[in-house]
Amino acid sequence: MTIKEQQDSIIDEFSLFNDWTEKYEYIIQLGKELPLIDEQYKTDDHLIRGCQSKVWLHAELKDGKVYFTADSDALITKGLVSMMVRVLSEQPPKAIAEAPIYFIDEIGLKSHLSMTRSNGLLSMLKQMKMYSVAFQQQVTG
Amino acid sequence: MTNSDTIFTSTLDIEKLRKDFPILQTKVYGKPLVYFDNAATTQKPLSVLKNLEDYYKNYNSNVHRGVHLLSQQATDAYEQARKKVAAFINAAHDYEIIFTKGTTNSINLVASSFGKRFLTTGDEVLISEMEHHSNIVPWQLICEEKNAALKIIPVDNNGELIMEEFDRLLTEKVKIVALTYVSNTLGTVNPVRNIIQKAHAKNIPVLLDAAQAIQHIPIDVQELDADFMAFSSHKMFGPTGAGILYGKEKYLNAMPPYEGGGDMIKNVTFAKTTYNELPFKFEAGTPDMSGAIGLGAAIDYIQQTGIHAIQHAEEELIAYAYDQLSAIPSLRFIGNAKHRAGAISFLVGNIHPFDMGEILDKQGIAVRTGHHCTQPLMERFSIPGTVRASFSVYNTKNEVDALIKGIEKARKMLE
Repeated sequence: MTIKEQQDSIIDEFSLFNDWTEKYEYIIQLGKELPLIDEQYKTDDHLIRGCQSKVWLHAELKDGKVYFTADSDALITKGLVSMMVRVLSEQPPKAIAEAPIYFIDEIGLKSHLSMTRSNGLLSMLKQMKMYSVAFQQQVTG
Repeated sequence: MTNSDTIFTSTLDIEKLRKDFPILQTKVYGKPLVYFDNAATTQKPLSVLKNLEDYYKNYNSNVHRGVHLLSQQATDAYEQARKKVAAFINAAHDYEIIFTKGTTNSINLVASSFGKRFLTTGDEVLISEMEHHSNIVPWQLICEEKNAALKIIPVDNNGELIMEEFDRLLTEKVKIVALTYVSNTLGTVNPVRNIIQKAHAKNIPVLLDAAQAIQHIPIDVQELDADFMAFSSHKMFGPTGAGILYGKEKYLNAMPPYEGGGDMIKNVTFAKTTYNELPFKFEAGTPDMSGAIGLGAAIDYIQQTGIHAIQHAEEELIAYAYDQLSAIPSLRFIGNAKHRAGAISFLVGNIHPFDMGEILDKQGIAVRTGHHCTQPLMERFSIPGTVRASFSVYNTKNEVDALIKGIEKARKMLE
């Protein structure tokens, strides 16, 4: 699936929920599907600092595609991170660097990509794109 | 129960008082707002809002400057507000009340000006482990500049100061003790009277950070014999942007100005500038007139309601909240001080405070999560942060019940 198709499928899944409880339970559930970062990478070098919850992110380039692994110490953040990884992982670096991310907004979690939440999600997205730009240079260079 | 306690029992009609605060009628996500973030900022009564509107509509003008009528009216109102603050904390003189931008600004003023005048190499400043960053960093800055050392009174597992350590640390080297009256994170009420007496026995002045005390506890600075006291308007039903520094005349006169500019001078030449007298020496530039006047209106509101009655109502509510929270399995309190005001901090099982805060938010319950600008204290308890419910006089037992239900729901989802 492309990045766009992944985002659209998440939006479809969330359209089934009638209330916030179901939505958040699903987000927490998605956290359990996150490809976890290897313990050896769970260091300060891989830490994305939000104000409150921590996110660790690792990126690897294999056969021209970027593979992300991550973790968070908060369950809701972990669910959001999981969705972000699902959307952007296993894609070519150029596609990741250029992709507009609209699904967070569409599923009604817009505030999570703003400074006000301080949960590191925005910093994480920036970091994912930066890895991809760097990998892109490796691929083309 | 003492007689003075019984006098104030049930004197406040909280449901009626809530009507004074328009924002309390707000709904969030379609649910009635339960506002338990009062330690961050309190809501404003209609009388304060009307006062601000009246100021801007009818007599907005710069103070201490003009000969014209509006300027005189604005100056009168501004100076009237200073008198109200002085009366509220029973300062000996109106000119011991300095209008600042807030508690942080007040503490920075003292750290800088007192430090410049009184600190030298080898001196010490004594603070505690439970201080807000705003009562840590200003002292670090001046200590670094003056080659002085910052010493820390540790707290025990209940979140109370270890007084034996205070006694040990209170040496002749200490030039000032800067301490929070009430902990913003733990709600601990510190034994400031005892601390001031001990410090004064060694001629050491004490600054009280009263940001979390002024709205909960009756304070008489002369009776306490505090040398400096800092607090903010917005945490006591007043507008944002204004704060107070109370200082004893003898210290304020001895300290150099903090900022230079208009209003703080007597005469300026390029060769030498002479400074204005108190309080203007410390009020450079156009002050926050509307903020100060609005704070005066907030103090009127507190005086009309009665600070003793407020204290009594809040103590009853906090005791209720504490009992209800205690019944939640896997909940542990961070801070278990015998004397508590304003706030209760807690954690539930292994639930991250951020997750708890978010699930409570979706239920219309506003709490604060995180380190509350007290990172050294979080390190002391080896936790990333807490969930903090902080109360004001307008909160009700029904709202506490909503919080308990909210936590139970969060437990189902997160544990």
